[in-house]
Amino acid sequence: MSEMTYQRAHVTSAAGAPPDGAGRFLRRLPIRLLLAVLVAIEALPMLWLLLGSFKTQDDFLNRPFYALPSRFDLDNYVSAFTTGDLGQYIRNSVIAVFPALFVALLIGVAAAFALEVMVFKGRGFILIAFLAGIMVPGQMILLPLFTVYFKAHLTGTLWPLLITYTAISLPLIVFMMTTYFRAVPRELFEAATIDGAGIFRTFWSVGVPIVRNAIITVGMVQFFFIWNDLLIAITFTNSQSLQTIQVGLLNFTGPYGSIQYGPLFAAICVSVFGTLLIYLFLNQRIMRGLAAGSIKG
Amino acid sequence: MNAVLGNKKAIALLLGPALLVYTLVMLVPIFWSFGYTFQSGSPLAGFHWVGLTNFRTFFDDPTAWAAVRFTIKYAVVLTAGQILAGYGLALLYVFFLRRASGLIRTLVFFPIILPTVAVALLFQQIFASVPMEGPVNTILQGVGIDPIDWFGHPATAFWVIIVMDIWRSMGFYAVLLYAGLVDIPEEIIESARLDGAARWSLVRSIVIPLSFPVLISTVIFSINGTLKVFDSVLALTGGGPGTTTSPLTLYMFQTSFSYGDYGYGSTIALVLTILCLVVTVAILRTNRREGRGA
Repeated sequence: MSEMTYQRAHVTSAAGAPPDGAGRFLRRLPIRLLLAVLVAIEALPMLWLLLGSFKTQDDFLNRPFYALPSRFDLDNYVSAFTTGDLGQYIRNSVIAVFPALFVALLIGVAAAFALEVMVFKGRGFILIAFLAGIMVPGQMILLPLFTVYFKAHLTGTLWPLLITYTAISLPLIVFMMTTYFRAVPRELFEAATIDGAGIFRTFWSVGVPIVRNAIITVGMVQFFFIWNDLLIAITFTNSQSLQTIQVGLLNFTGPYGSIQYGPLFAAICVSVFGTLLIYLFLNQRIMRGLAAGSIKG
Repeated sequence: MNAVLGNKKAIALLLGPALLVYTLVMLVPIFWSFGYTFQSGSPLAGFHWVGLTNFRTFFDDPTAWAAVRFTIKYAVVLTAGQILAGYGLALLYVFFLRRASGLIRTLVFFPIILPTVAVALLFQQIFASVPMEGPVNTILQGVGIDPIDWFGHPATAFWVIIVMDIWRSMGFYAVLLYAGLVDIPEEIIESARLDGAARWSLVRSIVIPLSFPVLISTVIFSINGTLKVFDSVLALTGGGPGTTTSPLTLYMFQTSFSYGDYGYGSTIALVLTILCLVVTVAILRTNRREGRGA
């Protein structure tokens, strides 16, 4: 029976003005309610966060959570950046993440090209070795790396983060880029070489432009992985001046002592809405890439 | 042509840098870490050989076993939650919203890209009890229920972590599973509909079997991530109260860096790695058997 109503509802909507508007509205009501609840679940915490970033300590402690801020100014943000050192954390994150991502994409895409397009013995084995890196937990490489960085006197700089981020980005980049290269007809590369292009020219002028969208998609996914990383950042940053935004945020609550709610909310806001802006900017690309089926069995 | 595509020097130049970085920073440390499991000490204090002592310690360590139990419980509950919520949403997108699902898909998807630390700190305040009463407790009081000290009890703290992680990730899993569902040919569903399959039996006997491969890879993906949970727990509960919400990852971290025991820390990391491996292989094998049966 529900199938019939479903088809009828569909027909009426296709016909434009539904003859039984009220009945249709009632039938669609459960779905609409469900959607409303869904939107509320996702959006209300964000709204509370945003409003909270303007509230005073007194607003937080003595007024109910749904009360509006008693004033709208940027005091909380100013104090998050001055006393909270938020700017320093963001700068550290940028310095560690972007060069690492750039290098990992460059050498990762080249490796994927070699593994998928070029012909040599041992390709399968090397690919599996890269794949293993996706599954092994970060905890497994942390301690030897710490020993090496310590012995090489790199602790106290951002180099440990940069190096580690580059390496842990490689498995996913290599794995996903080989699947994208696999989808490109081989004839294309063969034609290029027959036309006299050397292998580097084939890679740079034929291979890279063809998978450009894939590179952007994989780069974005990997960006969020290392930008949001806590484990590696908290392990290799031994002083506050080196902390990334994820580690630095933790300082805003501190295990003991009273929390300054306003600056805490302002700092979370900067982290959340900053990341959200990047996402909205590139969201269409990610969705398209994911829907294209990267992990289909 | 094969001279170009099989050029050894070119292969070395293209593949070499990535392979070198990957080998030095990931492969070598994995084996090195394995070597640590037979030693005791730290880079500061120096290492000495202890044989199998670390493994023996692990088997007699109630905190370690509690961490194993917590890790498995968290992974099973969260994977189930992620898949159920994600699959429900994906069905909603495909069968009810159809072309209009773009906006809601994006809205439910976005939390996955937010930094876990920021989300965890936000949820800490949403479930706060003192000194500030958070929204959840205020609402509970509104309907006549006494406020709850969410982070003061192991059970409630566990569920707050689960709720937060489902909030973060259900939209992501919905998109993954949605990709599998839209691949089901419209004709198959249409012909089942004409045969009079009611909606639920349509889902059970056609949609689920056809999306099974995607479902399995999603389960593997999910369980692999949830077994390695670290940020959510560290930022939300810090493993507390006590160590009751400490997964293996956090216990390993504390053992290594708070107590400076790299040997025992590596042993815990190895147990975690083996756990991930066993679970993945087990799911893959079940999948293969099901595939043959169908």
